[in-house]
Amino acid sequence: MEKFKKFSGIVAALDRSNIDTDAIIPKQYLKSIKRSGFGPNLFDDWRYLDPGAPGEDNTGRRPNPDFVLNQSPYQNAQILLARENFACGSSREHAVWALMDFGIKVVIAPSYADIFYNNSFKNGLLPIALSASTVDQLFDDYEQSDDFYLDIDLENQRVINAAGVQMPFEIDEFRKYCLLNGLDDIGLTMQHAEQIKNFEQQYYTSCPWLGKA
Amino acid sequence: MAGQTLYDKIWAMHLVREDEAGTGLLYIDRHLIHEVTSPQAFEGLEMAGRSLWRKDSILAVPDHNIPTIGLENGITDPVAKLQVDTLNDNCDKYQLTEFKVGDIRQGVVHVIGPEQGATLPGMTVVCGDSHTSTHGAFAALAFGIGTSEVEHVMATQCLIQKKSKNMRVTIDGPVAEGVTAKDIVLRIIGEIGTAGGTGHTIEFAGEGITNLSMEGRMTLCNMTIEGGARAGLVACDQTTIDYVKGRPFAPQGDDWEKALACWQDLHSDDDAVFDQEIHIDGASIEPQVTWGTSPEMVTAISNAIPDPATVPDAVKASGMQKALEYMGLKANTPFDQVKIDKVFIGSCTNSRIEDLRAAAKVAEGRKIADTVKLAMVVPGSGLVKQQAEAEGLDKIFTDAGFEWREPGCSMCLAMNDDRLEPGERCASTSNRNFEGRQGQGSRTHLVSPAMAAAAAVTGHFIDVRKLT
Repeated sequence: MEKFKKFSGIVAALDRSNIDTDAIIPKQYLKSIKRSGFGPNLFDDWRYLDPGAPGEDNTGRRPNPDFVLNQSPYQNAQILLARENFACGSSREHAVWALMDFGIKVVIAPSYADIFYNNSFKNGLLPIALSASTVDQLFDDYEQSDDFYLDIDLENQRVINAAGVQMPFEIDEFRKYCLLNGLDDIGLTMQHAEQIKNFEQQYYTSCPWLGKA
Repeated sequence: MAGQTLYDKIWAMHLVREDEAGTGLLYIDRHLIHEVTSPQAFEGLEMAGRSLWRKDSILAVPDHNIPTIGLENGITDPVAKLQVDTLNDNCDKYQLTEFKVGDIRQGVVHVIGPEQGATLPGMTVVCGDSHTSTHGAFAALAFGIGTSEVEHVMATQCLIQKKSKNMRVTIDGPVAEGVTAKDIVLRIIGEIGTAGGTGHTIEFAGEGITNLSMEGRMTLCNMTIEGGARAGLVACDQTTIDYVKGRPFAPQGDDWEKALACWQDLHSDDDAVFDQEIHIDGASIEPQVTWGTSPEMVTAISNAIPDPATVPDAVKASGMQKALEYMGLKANTPFDQVKIDKVFIGSCTNSRIEDLRAAAKVAEGRKIADTVKLAMVVPGSGLVKQQAEAEGLDKIFTDAGFEWREPGCSMCLAMNDDRLEPGERCASTSNRNFEGRQGQGSRTHLVSPAMAAAAAVTGHFIDVRKLT
């Protein structure tokens, strides 16, 4: 996983709450056995006027001109601004892969569905939760600008706008540490392999129907 | 010190270690895998040169992509076939237990786990599928995970977790005749909202819950995720034990006695404290039907389609308006004037034998309405199908004009060919009414199996209790 560095990125906004994972990446694209290549089908139903199919070249499809990610300069968006309960629904990590494959590195919303929130960190996508009133303000600023940029400083846990206004956010220390250092969870857990084995020994002695000690 | 909740107890039983910040390493007993969210995990393991920690914890089954018709020709969609073949190859390579297509035990992953006794009380159960919450019906801590976590469990038998908060939803008193687990859970979601349970594990309690069969409890816990909570729980009682006893993966002999002794403690202590408590009067619950594009957009069948103009919160009203436009519905229309095109009875929510019996009871001696283009019944597993056929339910359905299909996830998420055309309206026993869920432009109304059958035979939504 790449280390998460401070950056300044253009913001695209989707003014909807409860954006679900079926909207982020529709089910037909989940047939892939790879982690990459989902970007062209991110928000597929909203992004194209005609239906698509997995493995199909999307360049021949008709883009929906009203959809933000089809408009300049938002094709290059690195930050997505949304409303409450972002990415509710299924556990598909493909939702995270599709956002990242498109180029999104940060989502800003008042709240997230638990599974998506968790999946994001495993892939280096940073979901930032800001208060509903701060998110309201960001939507207002976004509406009044043709190219709305924000700085993301994970180390200091700040979102910073062009005027220098700092918006602090909370993040679990362990997750922050993993993102900043690009660390792989499995490698970290394997450091505790002995402890897991000892646990199993005791556990199977007291619950023999679950396995052999 | 206050007593422990059921969630607290299962958490403590499985906690391998915890750091100062409260991040735990949780031991996983049962890992269910399917074809859609596992291939990248196997690939990741191989790329890192890692092995599987405990192969016998894994039970695999293909379900999401499986055609429910014409299976004698195999899977004809090459992309879907590659995914199923990849699961087969991985399971063969690592010698994992898999119920392949053609095995009578094959079916929807959340149906076959309990059916085989692979889900046991007190276990931790995970699967790369959000509806893993289903298994909480067995007083097992069960939740959906992403593919990175699938790989993590394969490699370490553990998950990195922070403990969630405790919430309890109590259904006081019994529910009325004709009201099912589906109606109870839809009513709960309507009450708490689709994000109401975020960050919590929800325990369901009260007479309305303990009266439910295991099938009903699975329906209830299945949809916990639609209320925002990753896991739902029902305490272990005699109903649980009677269901588990004698199933292929269940303990036997001495082990069974030891397990029984341990399972006696799988309930919240009387003095346990919950972070949130919700009470609903069981008698107040009516058959439910969703009208919008989120499971929280639900109401009792006796109400009309809600009117956004009566909602003071502007953001909420605009969300309702968008949903009504997508659904092609007008505010204040009574549900019996909402005509349907198709009916889907199936999914990990409602494809078990009790669900099929309830739908067949309504369909018996009736015909599907002329205006209904397709009504299909998709059993949850090969064994459910066999049982239903032994009881003659297939005959009741086909006589009424329903199609009787092979097991799989089918039109719940429409990854196979079972899908709605744009603008088609479906009475569905599945769990999500999101935009495009059952096919691009599809319009889904979530209902119980009995309510779906009632819609099939009348051609519109109707309180099933009126069909006597």
